[in-house]
Formats: sequence, C-alpha cells, structure tokens
Amino acid sequence: MREFAQLLIAGLSTGAIYASLALALVLIYQSTEVVNFAQGEMAMFSTFIAWELIDKGMPFWAAFALTLALAFFGGVTIERVIIRPVEKASVLTIVIVTVGLLLIFNNLAGGIWGFQLKTFPSPFPSGTWQVSGVVISQQSVGVFGVALLVMALLAVFFRFTALGLAMRATAMNREPAELMGIHTTWMLALGWGLAAVVGATAGVLVAPIVFLDPNMMQGLLLFAFAGATLGGFESPGGAVLGGLLVGVAQAMIGNYVSFIGTDLSLTVAMAIIVLVLVFKPTGLFGQAAARRV
Amino acid sequence: MRGYRWLTVPVVIAGVLLAAACGSSSKSTTPTQAPGGATAPAASSSPSAAAAPQCNKAPNQTEGVTATEISIGNTDAYSGPASAYAVIAKAEDAYFKWVNDQGGVNGRKIKFTSLDDSYSPPKTVEQTRALVEQDHVFADFNPLGTPPNTAIRQYLNDRGVPQIFVATGAATWALDHPKYPCTIGWQPNYQSEAIIYGKYLLANRPDAKVAVLFQNDDYGKDYLKGLKAGLGAKASQMIVKEESYETSEPDVSPHVTTLKNTGADVFIVVATPKFAAQAMKAAAQLDWKPLIIDNSVSVDLNTMKAAGAGADGVISAAYLKDPSDPAWASDATVVQYKDILAKYGSGADPNNVFNFYGFAVADTLVQAIKQAGQDLTREGLMKAADNMNYTSPYLLPGITIHTSDAQKDWAPIEEMQLEKYSVAKGSWERFGQVLEGAVR
Amino acid sequence: MGGIWQRAHVPSLAWLGVALLLIIFPPWLAGGYRIFQFTFVVIYLIAILGLNIVTGYNGQFSLGHGAFFAVGAYVTGALMFHAGAPYWATIPLAGLTAGVVGFLFAIPALRLSGLYLALATLALAISVPQILKKWESVTGGVQGLVLTKPHSPIGALTSDQWLFYFTAVVALALYIAAWVVLRSSVGRAFVAIRDNEVAAEAAGIPIARFKTLAFGMSAFYAGVAGSLSAFVVAYVAPDSFDFLLSLNLVVGMVVGGTGTIVGPALGAVFIEFLPSYSQDVSRAAPGVVEGVVLVLFMYLMPTGVAGFVATAGRKALSLVRRRTADHAAAGPVTPTLADQEPRAGPGEGG
Repeated sequence: MREFAQLLIAGLSTGAIYASLALALVLIYQSTEVVNFAQGEMAMFSTFIAWELIDKGMPFWAAFALTLALAFFGGVTIERVIIRPVEKASVLTIVIVTVGLLLIFNNLAGGIWGFQLKTFPSPFPSGTWQVSGVVISQQSVGVFGVALLVMALLAVFFRFTALGLAMRATAMNREPAELMGIHTTWMLALGWGLAAVVGATAGVLVAPIVFLDPNMMQGLLLFAFAGATLGGFESPGGAVLGGLLVGVAQAMIGNYVSFIGTDLSLTVAMAIIVLVLVFKPTGLFGQAAARRV
Repeated sequence: MRGYRWLTVPVVIAGVLLAAACGSSSKSTTPTQAPGGATAPAASSSPSAAAAPQCNKAPNQTEGVTATEISIGNTDAYSGPASAYAVIAKAEDAYFKWVNDQGGVNGRKIKFTSLDDSYSPPKTVEQTRALVEQDHVFADFNPLGTPPNTAIRQYLNDRGVPQIFVATGAATWALDHPKYPCTIGWQPNYQSEAIIYGKYLLANRPDAKVAVLFQNDDYGKDYLKGLKAGLGAKASQMIVKEESYETSEPDVSPHVTTLKNTGADVFIVVATPKFAAQAMKAAAQLDWKPLIIDNSVSVDLNTMKAAGAGADGVISAAYLKDPSDPAWASDATVVQYKDILAKYGSGADPNNVFNFYGFAVADTLVQAIKQAGQDLTREGLMKAADNMNYTSPYLLPGITIHTSDAQKDWAPIEEMQLEKYSVAKGSWERFGQVLEGAVR
Repeated sequence: MGGIWQRAHVPSLAWLGVALLLIIFPPWLAGGYRIFQFTFVVIYLIAILGLNIVTGYNGQFSLGHGAFFAVGAYVTGALMFHAGAPYWATIPLAGLTAGVVGFLFAIPALRLSGLYLALATLALAISVPQILKKWESVTGGVQGLVLTKPHSPIGALTSDQWLFYFTAVVALALYIAAWVVLRSSVGRAFVAIRDNEVAAEAAGIPIARFKTLAFGMSAFYAGVAGSLSAFVVAYVAPDSFDFLLSLNLVVGMVVGGTGTIVGPALGAVFIEFLPSYSQDVSRAAPGVVEGVVLVLFMYLMPTGVAGFVATAGRKALSLVRRRTADHAAAGPVTPTLADQEPRAGPGEGG
C-alpha cells in the first residue's frame, strides 16, 4: 500500500509538470483555436531568459516578474508579426508556421546558451515531507499548487471577465465578435501574450526538476498535449486532470503491468489515451460541439 | 459508427499484447551479437584472423591528401535531440585550427569538414556520401553515435575510407574490426566500464542487491550486458531489478520509486546527464541511501551539482582528466587546452567535458597521422591506428591508448580508474588502481 | 476540387511528360551522392502522396505517418535480413502490412477528428519506435538491421542509378494509381467527407468505410516509401523513424500544397534539401535558418507552392484576358485549396 501511495505521488508529481504546460496549450487554443507547436520552445526560451537574469544577479522573484513581462510582449509580438500575415490561411498553414517557430527557438537557444545541462533555482524549498512512510517533495507540491492556481485564474478569466469572454468569442467566431465591437485582432495577440506568460510560468516551475536545456520541452510537450487532449481542450480543469492522469498512468503501468515491462510503458500510456478518446472523443471534460449541417 | 466503437477495444488491446508477447519471447539474443554477449568470442572473427585486418580497398589511397593538406570529414548532430554532442565537433575544429597554426601534421594542414546529420541514420548516409564523393575527404573522423555509424560502416569499408575513432562506446567497433578493417573506435566501450563496476561489486559488495536504471537503447543495453559479464555467475542473483527509461520522459523519478521498492542497496545509473542527475536526486529525496554507481557519461561537475545531496559518495569511473576538476587546474595539458579553446573555440565553455573529449580524440588522430608517416595513405593510417601505443596527456595517469594487430586488440582505450564524489569538496577523488575491462 | 480533375486531362499529360524527363535525366547529370538525394526525394514524395490522400483529400489530420513508414521499412528489413528475400519482392508485403495497420488504426480513429485525431496519430508515431526496440529478435532492437545494398542487374547502371530508376518507376505507378483513385467515385467520396461529413452521410456515402479506406490506402503508400528507404539506405534502426520524420512529412505536404497532386513532389524536394542548404548558410544554427525559411514560405505561399502557382497562374490569366487594370486586383482569385483544407479543431465550429 505504501508502495502504491509512493508511486501515486511520483506519478502526480510528473503529472503536475504536464498539467502546467497543458494549461498554456489550452489557453492558446481557447483564445485563438490554434495549436501552437512552438509553445514548449517559447516556454523554454523564456526560462533561459529568467536563468540569465538570475545568473546576472537579479533576485528570483524580480527575474520571474521581468521574464513574465518579456514573455507577454514576446507573445504579442510573435502574433502581430509572424502569425498575423497567415491568419487567414488554413489551420494547417498556421501549424506549419508554429513548427518553423519551434525550430527557430530551439536552435537559437542552443546557439546562445549551449545544449549543456543547467540547474535552475527553485522558488520552493527542496525538502521533503514524510506522511506515514510516503515521501512527498515540497517542490512537487509547489508545482502542483501553482498549476491549480493558474487553472483557477484561467477558469475565472474566461468565464467571468469581459476580456476573457471577448477573447473566447473572438476565437470561436470572428465576424459576429467583430460586429459586437470587439477588437478581434488585439484579442488574438492578447491570447498569444497570455499563453506565453502561462508557458513561461510552467517553464520556470518545472526547470528545477527537469533541468534547463534547449530540448527540455520536447518530450514534455507531447505529454502535455496528451494531457490537454485527454482532459479536453475546452477546459483548464480538464487539462490539469488530464496531465495528472497521464503522469499517474505512466508511473503505474511501469510498475504493475510487469509482463509489458517498463520499456513499453509509453506505448501503453498512449494506448490508454486513445481508448479514452474513443469513448469520449472530445476529451473527458470537453462538450460535444454541435454539428453544423 | 457505433458498431465500430466496440471493435476498437480488442484491436488496441490485441496490438499491445502482441507487441509485449513478441518482445518478451526474445529477451536474450540480438542478431548482431552472439548469444552470451560480451564473453563469447566475436561472432565475426574471420577464419583468416591470423592476417592483420587491412583497409586497402580504396582505389585512390591518397585521395584527400596533397602536399600541403589533409581533408578530414565528420558528421555530428548540430540539430535535433542529440545536439548537445555538436560541441565535440566544434572543439575538434578548434583543435585542428591550432594544429594548423603550429605548422600542421608532417607539414600538412588539416582541412576539417563537419556536417549535420541530426543523429538520423539516413541523413548520416547522405552526408557521409557528400563528404566522400563530393568533398573527397581522406578519412571520416569521429562521427557521432552508434546507429549513425552502423549505417555508414559498410559503405566506408567498401570504399576503403577510414572510419576512424568513432564517437560511440559500442563493443562492435573492436569486436568486428577484422570484418570492417576501416572502422575503429576510441573511447572505452560501455561494456568495459560496466565490467569494471561488476568486478568492483564482486570484490567489495558480494551480497549486494543491485537495481539498475538504464536508457532504453544500445548504450543502456551494452552497459547492462557488461555488468552481467562482470558479475559473472552471480549476476542473476545480485541484480534484483532492471528498469529502463525513454529519453522522451521528462522525469525519471517514478522509476527510482519503483527501484527503491525492491529494497536494493546498490543503485547503478546508466543514464545521460539530465536523467542521471534526476535519478540521484530522486534517490536522496526518497530517503533511499544505496551505494550509487553513476556511469562515466554523466560525471561532469554540472551534473553532479544538479544531483544535489544525492551525489554524495557516488562512485564512477573515468579515463579522461576533468577540466573542471581543481585537481587538474595547473596540469600543463589542461592549461594548454583552456588557452587553445579560449583562442579558437569562439566562446566554448572549457568546463564542458565534451570539449575536452574533442581535443583528446583529435590529438589521437594527429598522433596516428604522424605515425603513418610522410607517405600518408588510407591503408597506412588504419595500420597506424591498429598499432598504437600512445600515452595521451589528456588521459588519466596510467591509462594509455593501446592497439595491436599482433594481440588482436583493436580497442584503443580499455582502462579506467574508479572515483568517488564528495559534495562537500565539490569534486571527484580517484581511488584504487587503474582497472582493465577488456571485452574479448 | 472535382472540377480540376475533369479539366485535367491535358495538363496531366504534360505533367506526365515532365515527370518522365525528371526520371530519365538526373542520374546522368550527377554523382552518386546526388542520385542518393534524388532517390530520397522520390521516397518522400511517395510518403507525402500517401499523407495527402488521408489529410489533403479526406480531411483526417495525421501526425503519425512516420509510423507507417517505419512499419514498411521494417517488414522489408526483416524479410531481407532473416529470410534473405530479394528486396523487390518485399515491397508489396511491406505496403500491405502498413496498409492493414493503417486500416486497423483507422477504426478507433473514426470517432476522432481534428486535434484529437492528431493526438491519436501522434501517439502511434511515438509508440512504434518503442515497439521496434522491444521486439528485438525480429527488428534487431536499437542496433537495427544492416542490409545488403541491392546491385544493379543492368551492367551499364551503377547501383545508385538503378535504385533511382527503380524507386522512380514505383513512384510513377503509385502516382498514377492515386490519380485514378482520386478522380474516381471513391476520390469524390473522400473529398465529400472532407468538405462536409454530415452532408456526405446524408447523401448516402458510407462514411466509416471510406474513412478507413483512405487511412489504409494512405498507410500503404507510406509503407511502400519506408520499404524503399530500407534498402536504399541499407540499414533500418528506430532512430531513423522518430517523430521528426512524421512532422517532416506534414511540412512537406503543406509546403508543396495540401490536396494537390503535384504538391507532394515539391514538398519532397523541400524537406530533402532544406536541411543541407540551411547548414551551408549557418553551421552554428541550421535550425534557425530552416525555421525562417519555413515561415517565409508560409508567408508567401500560404496554400503551398502548388496553390501559389495555381493562384498566380489564374491571376495572370485574368489580367491578360481583361486588360483592365482596376478589375485585375479583384480577379477570380480562387481560394479552392485554402478553404477546403481540413480544420484542425474539435467539432465543426458553432
């Protein structure tokens, strides 16, 4: 039982990492209906900026705040300069542009900071708690807490604030939103900016655990994507739960399904996700969209 | 469409079961390796093994060599997931520039052409062919990675182009040298190192329960094979759990949790830096205090610092001097390395061990070219590489680069020395004698 | 879209001529290494053609065609390595195996669309290399299988030239097959489903049957491409079939022109040559150059090269015809490709 609990904690810790990045994916999808393949690399790049600032002697929280601000402006700029010219093109075209961004950010970070592993200071204490023999890392609890906080903020933002509703409306159906007097072009830019901020938060949160290097987000993004899809791209809460489930599934399968062995745990986790999707095609928390006939 | 939905379940489950079944029925043998692995004689040693292997197929033995220049090619991963290793090729480039400014080798300057293969075997084939057929390089030096090197081995040997001092620790480069006489490795192979750990455990912790975390690829599996060879008959009794991870996983701590639960008291980490640091850190956080043995791939001080308290008392093995180790701060070779890198390396980090590795292997190439003499031929270069006895200043004292046709030894470096890490001192301390882990 | 096919007889013959020229001459103009590159262009072309069938024509977004490519490669690899089968004999089986895997995969995928389908295919792309590593007795595990490179049966041709002609002929046959299928009632059903699934269903098209058929056919093409790559490279290993391969195929499809018949050829040239040219521009950061070129391509040609050429051609034509400058700008810029591309979103919007 203790083993099980310990594995559950390990899975939840990894899952919290997925969840925090999945939130950024959901945010950009909510506000622009685009899947941004460069989301992970943008987050990585922001995290490097934070690292550089801290390395230059800036206190952690000041560096964090400045990074978020830079990430916001970076996100807005990318939307205005790079996405805007192709926004009328098909979704596939935009997807390819984000693939281009992925390559650019990854290689740029490698060129500037190198590919060698860097440690990143954690805002949380590095100690552990012991609850009846089960070890819980304070860092993981911190990541978990912040992911929940961001989730709550996003849910409130999209549901109750005028700005959030305007962004949602823009993403879903542009022309009527424009007729209602919403500055749709700025809403999209704002969406990119906010997604960059959430991504940067995720990067700074997970960097102390997965360490900092230009490829830190590549595996991560796939699982975050899986988590977001599992939970449903419509809902921040779903993204968090989806991320956690993916993490737990990975940890549990490796340990308990011994005839498969750990070297297929990834495959099994993926198979489970596909199965879930077959029964809930829009994710666990997504609502079936009405079909236009 | 509803009808299809139920079909899915058996299809998916059957797929997974099939994959698992096929996998588990085939644990022991690899087609490329004889059953029994490292200890068995090389499957491919030819009947005419008495004769020394000769790399003499090239119709033009001096292609790429002029009176003033030697053209050397290389492939490395400048992009893609393995791009951390591109540092090696850049360091080699810096080293050759320095050599050229010193007058070159035997009066010839080295023209170094390094291309990006993204660690993808088909790309490696393409780029290697560009090097050979378009740039007319004399030799392909230190290409990166086991799968990429495997992909080009037949091609280079058919053409008689030296594939010299490859950047991978697979055992096959030495074992299959008679079959592929134009191909030779350099660094201690992964099996050698693991054999050394196995022997150490047998001598010092014969009753240990060993848990292994390894990367699910050739590198991880070679270590595992070597460890079993080193432990010999006691391997199955001592190793209580082998757990693999994929490089796409962000965090290996769930695996460490599983390993801790086995009650093991020795934890062997066969992982690249990021995952090794995570594993050691996770062990400490879980309050698990086994004897940790960390593979030499991940021993640079950055990694050890990232592991935090988990790095204390960790044992590993080394063959290169560590440029970040204060113990070598005034060593003439290390000082010179830092100077050259500062001048030619365009801002490269001297504490990155890959830079030092690049210098060391490039230095060995220069040595081999010197040894091959003024009349440089491809066959001659490989003959030189096959018969070296070189005390490289980049290696730890007591470790030499040794190959010999007479002794059928085509593994340039086979010795290592054990070392122990201290968090308080922030450095490694070598102990015991230089150990040999020859794979025959 | 169907219109293009009806009007396409004459242009398509012209294309066939161009294709034949491109097949016959390159091996005589370039050295072995260039021929190897051209051969890979042809291999990518076949894979992208397959991807185009399911994504461009049927509207099912796949991020996992590298997996089918890998299945084809390994069927050929295993048959050659273990059974000593001649390379050419393995191709049909490789294609069929990949096709069956694609068909079976399409059954659960039927319930998914847009993003969710993309995820499911992505999962496949991630899983296949892992299964290949695990299934060591057949696949050689991480070390892969080293194959014998085929020799040319014709004395006058080098092995490289022979392999180029061989793959080119296979590609041509598959191209014609795709062309025939896509302009038949089957192809029209694919397109009808892409454009409006509900309407297609109402019109009596058996959606499930055609969607799984498109997937199976598409995977067959990818499998044949993988099979060819196996003996052209003479080596198969899991590292050759990472997620990047799947992504590259999508890039090639979109850059060439989604849902067009010449697009795959252009896209194949793009993904084969872009990496080597980028590193000529910048050895330090080839990825930055690649990314910038990709973004610029999408800027200038959001509907891909084929779409761009078609649009530009029509623009020029309308200019010539009307000769009235003020009307030219508002000419019939038909966004045929743009507005028929698959939507990567769950559901069909509000």
